[in-house]
Amino acid sequence: MAILREQVLHVAQLARLALTDEEVERFTRQLGAILDAVGKVAELDLADVEPTAHPLDLVNVWRADEPRPSLAADDALANAPAREQGAFRVPPRRA
Amino acid sequence: MIDTLRLTAEEASGLLERGEVSPAELHAAYLGAIEERDGELNAYLRTVAELDGEGVPIAFKDLISTRGVETTAGSRILSGYTPVFDATVATRCREAGLPLLGKTNMDEFAMGSSTENSGFGPTRNPWDPERVPGGSSGGSAAAVAAGLAPWALGSDTGGSVKQPAALCGVVGLRPTYGTVSRYGILAFASSLDQIGPLTKTVRDCALLYRTIAGRDPCDSTTVDLPGPVELPEGEDLRRVRIGLPRQMLELEGIEPGVARAVESALDLARELGAEVAECELPRSVEYGLPCYYLIAPAEASSNLARYDGVRYGLRVDEAWELDAMYERTRDAGFGDEPKRRIMLGTYALSAGYYEAYYGQAQKVRTLIRREHEAVFECFDLIASATSPTVAFPLGAKTQNPLAMYASDLLTIPSNLAGLPGLSIPCGLADALPVGLQLIGPQFSENLLFRAGHALEQALAFDAVPARLAGAAT
Repeated sequence: MAILREQVLHVAQLARLALTDEEVERFTRQLGAILDAVGKVAELDLADVEPTAHPLDLVNVWRADEPRPSLAADDALANAPAREQGAFRVPPRRA
Repeated sequence: MIDTLRLTAEEASGLLERGEVSPAELHAAYLGAIEERDGELNAYLRTVAELDGEGVPIAFKDLISTRGVETTAGSRILSGYTPVFDATVATRCREAGLPLLGKTNMDEFAMGSSTENSGFGPTRNPWDPERVPGGSSGGSAAAVAAGLAPWALGSDTGGSVKQPAALCGVVGLRPTYGTVSRYGILAFASSLDQIGPLTKTVRDCALLYRTIAGRDPCDSTTVDLPGPVELPEGEDLRRVRIGLPRQMLELEGIEPGVARAVESALDLARELGAEVAECELPRSVEYGLPCYYLIAPAEASSNLARYDGVRYGLRVDEAWELDAMYERTRDAGFGDEPKRRIMLGTYALSAGYYEAYYGQAQKVRTLIRREHEAVFECFDLIASATSPTVAFPLGAKTQNPLAMYASDLLTIPSNLAGLPGLSIPCGLADALPVGLQLIGPQFSENLLFRAGHALEQALAFDAVPARLAGAAT
C-alpha cells in the first residue's frame, strides 16, 4: 500500500510539519512500508465487533464541583517563548 | 563504602532506618557513582544535587514533570522547559520522602525501543556499552542496572518499561491501566501510557508500586486499587497455572539463547509447583503490532499537536507569521520518529482512511482483549520472553523503523488489553540478560509480585553487569 508524495505533503500540512525535500522523500518510502505492515488489520472481517477506545470500562467519571487553587497566570506564562501583558505573544497570521 | 552496584532499595532503606548511613551519604554515593560511570552510559540527562527527602533516592524518566527541574521527554522541542508543577507520581514520591537523583534519558516522547531516538544522544547498555539498553525507558533501566539509582520510574506504552528492563537485567512492571496517575506525564498515547517502576528486585518493585499507585482526582482515568499492595514473601508457585502462548513460543525471530533461558526459567517454575501448559493467542500475536502502530500514532498525532511554539519549548519564527512558526518549530524541534508517528497517525485519522485504519484497529483491540480473557479462564498467568532478542548493537535498527517496532512484539498484545506485566531477568544469552515476561489479569499485581519473587529467589540471577562487578563503588 504505497503512499504518494502528494499524500505525504498533504498529511505534513495537516500536521503542521514543514518537511525538507529530503524528509519528504525518506518519509514517503518509510511510511509506505509501515502502511503495508499495519494495513494487515484489513484482513479481518470485524463488522460485528465493537471497537475498544479504552481498556477499562469506565463511563462518566464525575467529581464534586469544588473550587481549588489553579495555576497562577505568571506560572502559566513562565515557559512562554514570548509574552505580553499577561498573554502568550504569537506572530500574526497572514491572510 | 556504599556498594551502589549491589544495594537494593529495601537494603538501602534498612541502612537508613538503622542509622548506619545518612540520607545525605546515600544520595551522595549515587551522585558519585553517576559521576564515575555515567560519562560512558549517558543514562541521565541531568542530576539534582540538593537533597530533598530523607528516604531512598530515586530517578525519574524525563517525561515526568518535576517542578523547577527541566523536563524534556528526550526532545529538543522541549529544551529548557521547566515545569511549574509536579506530576502526581512525583508528588507521591516526594511525600514518601524519596529524594530525586535526576532525570533519565529516553527515546523522544517515549517513541522507540533503544533510547537511540533521544534528542540528547543514546544511552548505552551497562552490560556492553556497544549495545542499546532497550527503550524507551532505557535511561532508567541502565541507571538501575549500573548502580546509578537504587530504583527508578519509567513509562510503558508498547513495552517501554518491560523491554529495557529485560535488556538491562533488571525488574520492570507495567501496571494495570488506570492504577497509576498520569497527571503531569508528557503524553504519548493516552489509552496505553502507564508509569511503572524499574528496580533490582521484585520486592523493591512492589514497594515502589505501592508508593505510586491509587486513584488520583487529577486523572479521571485512574481507579481505586481492589486491595492493598502486598510485599511478596512466598517462595513457591503451588497451584499457580501458567499459560505459554504457543504463537509466542514459536515466534519467528526469537533468538535461540532467549528461548533457552525462558525454557529453563519455566522448568524452574514447574519445580516450584506451577502448572505450566500451552495456550493460544493467535490473533493477539499476529495482529497486535499492526493494531498498536495504528492506535498509538493516532493518539500521538493528537497529543503532540500541543508542541506549537506558543506556550512552552522551542519557537522558530524568523518569518514572523503564525503558520510558518508552527511548521518550522515542529520540523526543527521533533526528531524523525515523532515525525513519522505524527504523520502515520494523522493519515490513519484523516477523512477517507479513518474507518479502514483507526476504526479497524480499535476493533482488533477488542479481539485481543477477548483472547486474553479467554486464556485467563484456564490460567492465572501468561509467560513468555519479554523481548525476542537480547540487547542489540547501537545502530543495528535505526535505519529500519519496522525492525525496531518488532522489538515490542511480545509486550504489545497485553498492553493493548490493559493488562499488567512484570519482566524479571531469567538468565544470560551470549553474556547478555534475558527477560521473562509474566502477564496477569487486570489488577493482579499482587500475584505477579508473588510469582516473580518466587522465581527470582529460585533463579538467583546476578543482576550486576559482569564488566562492572569488579568496580569499587
